[in-house]
Amino acid sequence: MAGKTCGQILYGQAMIRPDLLLHPTPKGLYCPPGDFYIDPVRGSVDRAVVTHGHADHARSGHGAVLATPETLAIMDARYGEDFTANRQPIEYGETVEINGVTVWMSPAGHVLGSAQVVVEWKGLRMVCTGDYKRRRDPTCRQFEPVPDTHVFISEATFGLPVFKHPDTDGEIRKLLDSVALFPDRTHLVGVYALGKAQRVIKLLREAGYNETLYIHGALEKLCQLYEDHGVALGPLETATLDTKERGAQERFRGKIVLGPPSSFHDKWGRRFPDPLPCFASGWMSVRQRAKQSGVELPLIISDHADWDELTDTVREVNPEELWITHGREDALVRWAELEGRKARPLRLVGYEDESID
Amino acid sequence: MQAFSDLLERLILTASRNTKVELMVNYFRQTPDPARGWTLAVLTGELDIPGVKGGSIRRLAEDRVDPELFRMSYDYVGDLAETVSLIWPSRRGANRIPPMEDVIEALLGATRPEGERLVAGWLDMLEPPQRWALIKMVTGGLRIGVSARLTKVALAEMGGVEPAEIEEIWHGLAPPNESLFAWLDGDAEKPSPDIKAPFRPVMLAHPLVTKDKRDDPDAIDPAMIDPSIFAAEWKYDGIRVQAVSERGVRRIYTRTGDDISHTFPDVLAAMDFEAAIDGELLIRAPNGEVAPFNELQQRLNRKTVTRKQMEARPAMIRAYDILVEGGEDLRTLPFSERRKRLETFVERTGSDRIDLSPLVPVTSLDALEAARNDPPAPEIEGLMLKRWDSVYEAGRPTGPWWKWKRDPFLVDAVMMYAQRGHGRRSSFHSDFTFGVWREGEDGEDELTPVGKAYFGFTDEELKQLDKFVRENTVDRFGPVRAVTANKEKGLVLEVAFEGLQRSPRHKSGLAMRFPRVNRIRWDKPSAEADRLETLEKMLPADPLFGKSSPA
Repeated sequence: MAGKTCGQILYGQAMIRPDLLLHPTPKGLYCPPGDFYIDPVRGSVDRAVVTHGHADHARSGHGAVLATPETLAIMDARYGEDFTANRQPIEYGETVEINGVTVWMSPAGHVLGSAQVVVEWKGLRMVCTGDYKRRRDPTCRQFEPVPDTHVFISEATFGLPVFKHPDTDGEIRKLLDSVALFPDRTHLVGVYALGKAQRVIKLLREAGYNETLYIHGALEKLCQLYEDHGVALGPLETATLDTKERGAQERFRGKIVLGPPSSFHDKWGRRFPDPLPCFASGWMSVRQRAKQSGVELPLIISDHADWDELTDTVREVNPEELWITHGREDALVRWAELEGRKARPLRLVGYEDESID
Repeated sequence: MQAFSDLLERLILTASRNTKVELMVNYFRQTPDPARGWTLAVLTGELDIPGVKGGSIRRLAEDRVDPELFRMSYDYVGDLAETVSLIWPSRRGANRIPPMEDVIEALLGATRPEGERLVAGWLDMLEPPQRWALIKMVTGGLRIGVSARLTKVALAEMGGVEPAEIEEIWHGLAPPNESLFAWLDGDAEKPSPDIKAPFRPVMLAHPLVTKDKRDDPDAIDPAMIDPSIFAAEWKYDGIRVQAVSERGVRRIYTRTGDDISHTFPDVLAAMDFEAAIDGELLIRAPNGEVAPFNELQQRLNRKTVTRKQMEARPAMIRAYDILVEGGEDLRTLPFSERRKRLETFVERTGSDRIDLSPLVPVTSLDALEAARNDPPAPEIEGLMLKRWDSVYEAGRPTGPWWKWKRDPFLVDAVMMYAQRGHGRRSSFHSDFTFGVWREGEDGEDELTPVGKAYFGFTDEELKQLDKFVRENTVDRFGPVRAVTANKEKGLVLEVAFEGLQRSPRHKSGLAMRFPRVNRIRWDKPSAEADRLETLEKMLPADPLFGKSSPA
């Protein structure tokens, strides 16, 4: 059994505890030899490595930010150009040295620019997935597993065996069928502004829907950013309304309007005639949850790995140790136990579920 | 199974009542026999598959998934059918969707182990949505927001008939109900099943309303009434029932035709007559008077009733009307005639379980008005006015009968929490929890919640209330927002309600009947809202029951 002892990894002659390279702190996952944090959750730090642009992973105000050029562009669009004093773009596969620690990025398939952070030091390789998914997404690079990973640090947002996301094309078909069935109603589709919105739009285009899609103002900048990065989204229009014009809202009948889910419960959502609330999220597989949030057409489309993707990925990467950052850690730990794998929940706080409200 | 599963899925996610009816009508029109008949039985809760229960389903799942992972999942999802449908391991290449009737017919003829084996086999074949529908169907208890009554409304709409016509023949039908659908499709005559002790559709009344706030377009002002042509009697706060005993069969129906006989064997035993009567089901308090509604509630919705429950809360019927006697249909007689027959009938029956609803003397409108607001017992909701010449008509005809309720109780309470509404109102906070002041443990005044109201305001007022909630939110719990509510600031709501009961289930120890927002008191300082003591004074006198036990 070369290579494995309790709590330590034997690599060549050197024994390095993975804890020395990365360990959880209240501010997030910290690398002492490199003196940087991965996706710091609280306050500002001198040096941050950011996996992707969602607000709970990419915060404003850090001294330096190492991330893919796309992630940096997203942070710029969201926070303004002063989000950090020092931008350090890094392409997928390119390596940098930080105080003797080698860092590189591998695609995570979550949203545009999303990356797994690979950290190497004295022969020890640790991979932090950030958020990831395995299925096809026409708006970003596909997840690429990193071979010879000693410690695989995985998310677990959908880490329960009840989460098995169905085929995405079928869900898009469900939406288009409903639009055909209710030509007088406005389909309000709840989507997160970064990633989900552009993916749903792109999938609608792939399914042959070429009509103008109406978007909430919160989606505009990011849709433009995706376009600028070569993701063609077809005709989009902001769903504004000239209230002085009588019956102006009538033009939304039979159309698809996309916006952040919270906006539908707000005054903004009231303007549309006979709205049919839809929500594109992995949580929509739980009917009771859809019902509680007033969703009439749940679309199970997720940018996170479902249970099978999580467990298949762990088997494929086959690390010596599995660490679990956020989500439903307990079930994945239990699964690892049953598989005879070593697993450890990090219980990092500060990352959000894809919440509904 | 596919169409059935699609229907269930759409129904559970639809808030609008009209859309639910539309979905059911479409389904019944498009689905052939016998599948639609079985679906009808599932929706109305009349299908009982004895072999397979929730426990069996859980065991089947735990044979396939680690029980610990199952427990974690069930904790998260909160619904057994949903958990099992999602967690069940798929068997690739096995997907075939069996027809509804095959599933039901096989299960009805199966022993318990056979039933479980069959269900497991189908769960292997199906996708999660159909698995969910299958489990719901097998275990019953759909909880999809569709009542038996709403299903009958859909059937009536499908066939262009009155819901009362469906209710009339309902108890003579058996799934898969082919004769019913043949009639509704227009391919056959209305089925005339030989039902013993059938239900006769009930006659209902519109309200007399003095206030300008009228929900019912058929309501009229009491001043329009000519009291000389009306009889008056008390309107009791119980359950309107029809008690039928004919040719050796005894049944007690609710006013929508649901058979609740099994819950009230004590009343059934006293129905030693050959007639159909209309009356109010009530509980007799130990002092011989009528007990509060809360006591009756303890006996409702039970599959079985114990001797102890029957002794503690004996049920009785206060007779309002007689519809059939000795095989003779009296419904076409005027009320004056029926009343005479009823008086003789009750006297002859001679049981303390069936007594006569007394008439209230009618001298003038003013006297009635006074009686309405000062009834002899707190369990009286007001008056019923019935024209002496009125025949007994199904439905809610305008004119012959009126209900004239007592004025509601009013209390000034402070809004504490708000929750978003449903359907059309889902973007507004429209469900309000309100409280009144009481002395807290630390000696300082605190608000204690006493009820929840979600109607009574106009659309315009709702917008203002919603605005108040959004601007004064201090905390959030899921869909619920807590709003500013203290002595300095808070919104006072004048709440109207029909009655008050002690309730160990509520924090304040009180439960209101039909609370609604009567007026928004933008002008009133929150510190001047009512106190709990004011409400306690409104409680009816102790009905001589011991401590009522929580249900």
